This record gives sequence, structure tokens and C-alpha cells, in this order.
Amino acid sequence: MFDTLTDRLSAVFRNLRGKTRLTDADIEATTREIRLALLEADVNLAVVKEFIQAVRERAKGAQIHAALNPAQQILQIVNEELIEILGGAARPLRYAKKPPTVILLAGLQGSGKTTLAGKLGKWLKGQGHSPLLVAADLQRPNAVNQLQVVGERAGVQVFAPEPGNGIGDPVAVAKAGLEFAASKLYDVVVVDTAGRLGIDEELMRQAAEIRAAVNPDEVLFVVDAMIGQDAVNTAKAFAEGVGFDAVVLSKLDGDARGGAALSIAKVTGKPIMFASNGEGLDDFDAFYPDRMASRILDMGDLLTLIEQA
Amino acid sequence: NPFAKGLLSLLSADTLDAATWDDLEASLITADLGVGPTTELVEALRKELSVSGGADADRAKAVLRDELLRLVGPDTNRGLNLTGADGVPGVILVVGVNGTGKTTTIGKLARVLVAEQHSVVLAAADTFRAAAAEQLKTWGDRVGVEVVRGPEGGDPASVAFDAVAKGIADGVDVVVVDTAGRLHTKTGLMDELGKIKRVIERKAPVTEVLLVIDATTGQNGLAQARVFAEVVDVTGIVLTKLDGSAKGGIIVPVQRELGVPVKLIGLGEGADDLAPFQAAAFVDALLEES
Ligand SMILES: Nc1nc2c(ncn2[C@@H]2O[C@H](COP(=O)(O)OP(=O)(O)OP(=O)(O)O)[C@@H](O)[C@H]2O)c(=O)[nH]1
Ligand SMILES: Nc1nc2c(ncn2[C@@H]2O[C@H](COP(=O)(O)OP(=O)(O)OP(=O)(O)O)[C@@H](O)[C@H]2O)c(=O)[nH]1
Ligand SMILES: [Mg+2]
Ligand SMILES: [Mg+2]
Repeated sequence: MFDTLTDRLSAVFRNLRGKTRLTDADIEATTREIRLALLEADVNLAVVKEFIQAVRERAKGAQIHAALNPAQQILQIVNEELIEILGGAARPLRYAKKPPTVILLAGLQGSGKTTLAGKLGKWLKGQGHSPLLVAADLQRPNAVNQLQVVGERAGVQVFAPEPGNGIGDPVAVAKAGLEFAASKLYDVVVVDTAGRLGIDEELMRQAAEIRAAVNPDEVLFVVDAMIGQDAVNTAKAFAEGVGFDAVVLSKLDGDARGGAALSIAKVTGKPIMFASNGEGLDDFDAFYPDRMASRILDMGDLLTLIEQA
Repeated sequence: NPFAKGLLSLLSADTLDAATWDDLEASLITADLGVGPTTELVEALRKELSVSGGADADRAKAVLRDELLRLVGPDTNRGLNLTGADGVPGVILVVGVNGTGKTTTIGKLARVLVAEQHSVVLAAADTFRAAAAEQLKTWGDRVGVEVVRGPEGGDPASVAFDAVAKGIADGVDVVVVDTAGRLHTKTGLMDELGKIKRVIERKAPVTEVLLVIDATTGQNGLAQARVFAEVVDVTGIVLTKLDGSAKGGIIVPVQRELGVPVKLIGLGEGADDLAPFQAAAFVDALLEES
């Protein structure tokens, strides 16, 4: 039994060493290990299948004019395919031509939306913007207080006209928040919303209504990096129910491999924009596809391994 | 549920070739069971079906269901241990990674305990997350239970200690302690959790340690369970957010490895959305087409 993909692949590659061509059996043996590694990293099964198919195809096509040894060749193909999916159309935050820019946060319960609102607020302020956080989660107990505290810690204004805990209309609050921002010259509005399940049609409709009311420049889908196979169902449900422009992966400070990043990027084609990696307000970063590729495969620095293979 | 459909049509085939078994293995993985338990399950099925010769769909389904049920443990005792020693309250410590549903579960659990005529005190020992204590207080008000709080940013162990002291002084039956979400990889925070438990036990033994796992969790759930079990000796699992589309299959390897039973499930955000875990119903839902 080999513990890590690195161990298992090097066992496979030991057999490959010295060959000048990849046989179908070599490709099968290697892709089988990679398939297992992706599944262990919580990449969705359907996504794994497609991914492996693409790798296999490219490996077969590449065997004739091989410049690298076979092992390096397959790893490089895997790495390139991963980065292409993860890094597809990465781009910076989009600002409105005519402020305020509106950023709407959406996601499952507990995924990290409210915390992200604070992080974005602090970061935007540091960039010279004057952000406003809008408390449009009026459902989850004390979500409004939580955003107020987070705003205070971030040194950012919070618009919270309703107490929440079931009182107030989130669509109206979001709309009023936008008007308030425009009148007080805040140039970025971050709207925090209640967590909701993909299969909750009523709450999905509410999210769509909030969206319609504020016409956001960016809808960010916040997803917990620890999520498993269901990531695909949930991402599809949010893509259809409310629509989103980019993904934020949260709780990346743990040891989850984060296969959801690959699943979601693959099935929605939306870029992953930020990585959230802690509870502190400074704990977030741009998303780096190459780091994520290595993380998903649990292989340290993939490029180095390719060079040493 | 394409998993169940695919699985059963595969199983009902008279001859099952290698590719089919591969697919079968992978199908189980979609339910978040993980590669290890899936392989085991497939091996067991393979043996069973080869002994009996060909397989028809009904029998295959029954065998699969039995195997899953065996892994989940149908006869496990899943009651909460609420009985404190020598007249002190039972103490329930609730732990888990960030955002899984600890505070909400405590609110719901308090409701159940009150309905069962227990007197209850809640301890807001999450002094870290923004408005965490307020959130627990709202739940306390909602279900009519007192909440002991400390200063924001204060020592969580002393809040827990005070709550248990109050529970003893007031002669209540159960004290339930909420803790801040923490990733199992953060050793400082895990040490803090161990300390909370030790400090409580200067006053009264902790009778139940509930680890809250979110049903959407993938394979990381096993790592979580391992570390929390090591640090605070988990006695039960609460599987939350089972009202969503995730099946919560990660608890199969968790139960298999740690032998810690799932005791409760969360089925929503409301005060009544807590239910006892039932192995057969869980397995049926796992196999159900949706
Ligand atoms: N370790 C870690 N914890 C995080 C991160 N982001 C958020 N959290 C924590 O996760 C928990 C949930 O975060 P929230 O921001 O309340 O999540 P939410 O999506 O607003 O939750 P709901 O409003 O209830 O749906 C809190 O304990 C946060 O401190 C992160 O990147 N890393
Ligand atoms: N749909 C659904 N949502 C739930 C369930 N349990 C909790 N939630 C929601 O999940 C989110 C997080 O719940 P909390 O109880 O705050 O989680 P927590 O573990 O205390 O979070 P931290 O203290 O920040 O680590 C909230 O929006 C809850 O309403 C459940 O069983 N089903
Ligand atoms: Mg929130
Ligand atoms: Mg909590």
C-alpha cells in the first residue's frame, strides 16, 4: 500500500523509466492512480471521468514526439489540464463604470459569506475605496450583529436598517443599501445574504430577487473547501437559481484537498477569484491555479516533481 | 439519484466484468463514502454474489443495503448520556470545524431537552466569532433556556466553568457548552479545546462530547473526526444539513474507523429540525433515487 499519490505514481513511473514510448497499459496504470487521487480529493466523479479522458487522449497523442521521459510527460499533461480548468479566465474584480460597484455574496449555510464581507470590506478600504456592507441576511439568528461586529473590526460602515432574526425584507434592505450608498458616496457595496440550500426553491427565488433589485457587478459564490461530491449539484443550483460570476473558496487554511475547486470550475466555467484562508480579516488572497493543482493532487510542487521525475 | 440507478442496473447484470466493478466502486464514491470503504463494500458484494452465482436486482439491492447497514452499525446505542455524577448536571460539550451547525444544533437540542422536562443551562464558550454569544442567546430565548456568557474575546474555558458552576448551584439537569468552530489542523485552538474540557471537569464530568459534521463534507470529515476524537474523546456525532442534496456518506468511514456513533441529525434551520439518527433510514436515503 502506498500512501500518497507521489508514492504511487513513482511506483508506476519506475516501470516507465527507460521506455521511449507510452504503451496503453502505461497510460491506464497512471491515469488510474490519478483518478483515485482526484476522487480522494473530493473531485466530483463525473468531472474526474472527463478529466481522465482528456489526459488519456493527450497522453496517447503525445507519445510519438516525446521530448520528456514518459513519466514527466504524463505528469505535465495532468498539470496543464488541471491549471487550464482551474485558471480558466481568471480575472480581477470588476468595478462599475458608474459607482457604486455592487458585490453580492451567495452560498450554502456556513460557507463563509459574512466573514468574507468583512475581508472584502477591509481589503477594498485598503485599496482606497469606500465600501459599505449591507446586512441582507435577516434570517439566521444574529447575522446582522455578526456583520456589524465584522464591519467594526474592519473599520467599514455597515448598513443594517432591519434587526433580522426573521424581521425585515432582505430584498428591500439590499435595494435601500444601494440607494444609501449612492447618496453617501460609498463606491463599493457588498451585500451579505442568508445561507441557503441549492434545493430550497423559495430561498433561491429570494436570492434571484435580491439580485434583480441591486443588479450586481459581481455575484460571488462562496464555497467551503471541505465540501465533497455535492459541490457540483450545489454549484449548478446556484448558477441556475441566482447566477454567479466568480467563486470564492473558503477555509483553505485547513487540510482539505479542495477538489471542489476543480468540480465547480469545470461544470460552471466560472473563475475562482479569491481564496479565503482563515478567520481573521486579512486571511484572504488571490487564487493561484498552480498551487491549487498541486494541492488537489497532494504533490507539493508539481512542476518540481515533473523536472525530477 | 444516478448513483442508485447505475448501481442497481449494474448489479442486476448477470455477469459483472472488471469495468463494471470499477464503475460500481466509483459510483459509491459519489455518495462521499470514500475510496477505502467503497472498496471494502465492493469486495464484500463481490464475494457474496460470486458465492451465490449470478445476481438479480432485488437480491443485489438487499446485499448492498445489508453491507452498508453493517458499516453504519444498526444496533449501536445512540442515546445521549445526560446523567451527571452524584447530583451534578450532565455536561454536553459541542465541538467541530467552522460553520457546521454547532450553535444551531445546541438551540434545537435545548428545545428537545426542555420538552423532555429537563432543566438546561447553555454556555456561550465561543467568545471568538463575531456575535456568536448573541446567536446562542437568541436561541436560548427562543427555547426558554438561560445562557451564561462571558466578555467578548474572553477565556472560553472560564465561561464553560462558570456555566457548569451555575448549573450545579441551580441544580439543573444538563449544561450544554457551545464552542468556537476550529479547524482540526490548528493545534493552538485544539489545545484550547482540550483545556475547556479539563477546566469543566474540575466541576463536573463531561458526559457527552458531540462532534458536529456538516453533511456536505467530503473526505476531510474523517481527518476532522480523528483529531477531535483524540483531543476531546468524542462520544457522538451530529450530522447536520441533511435537508440539502448531500448524503452525508462520510459518516460511514468515520463510524467504521472511530466507532463513534452518529446520534442526531440536523434537518433544517428551525428549532424543531433535529432528529435521532436512524441507521436504516440513513442507508435507504443513501440509496434512494432523488
Ligand atoms: N478557518 C476558517 N474559518 C472561516 C473562514 N471563513 C469563514 N470561516 C468561519 O466559518 C464560520 C462560518 O462563517 P460565516 O462567515 O458566518 O459563514 P456564512 O456563510 O456567513 O454563514 P451563514 O450566514 O450562517 O450562512 C465562522 O466560524 C467563520 O469564522 C476561513 O477562510 N477559514
Ligand atoms: N439547512 C440547514 N442549515 C443548518 C442546519 N444546521 C445549521 N444550519 C445553518 O448553518 C449555518 C451555520 O450554523 P451555526 O450553528 O452558526 O454553525 P456553527 O458550527 O455554530 O458555526 P461557528 O460557530 O461559526 O463555527 C447557519 O446558517 C445555520 O442556520 C441544518 O441542519 N440544515
Ligand atoms: Mg452569514
Ligand atoms: Mg457557533
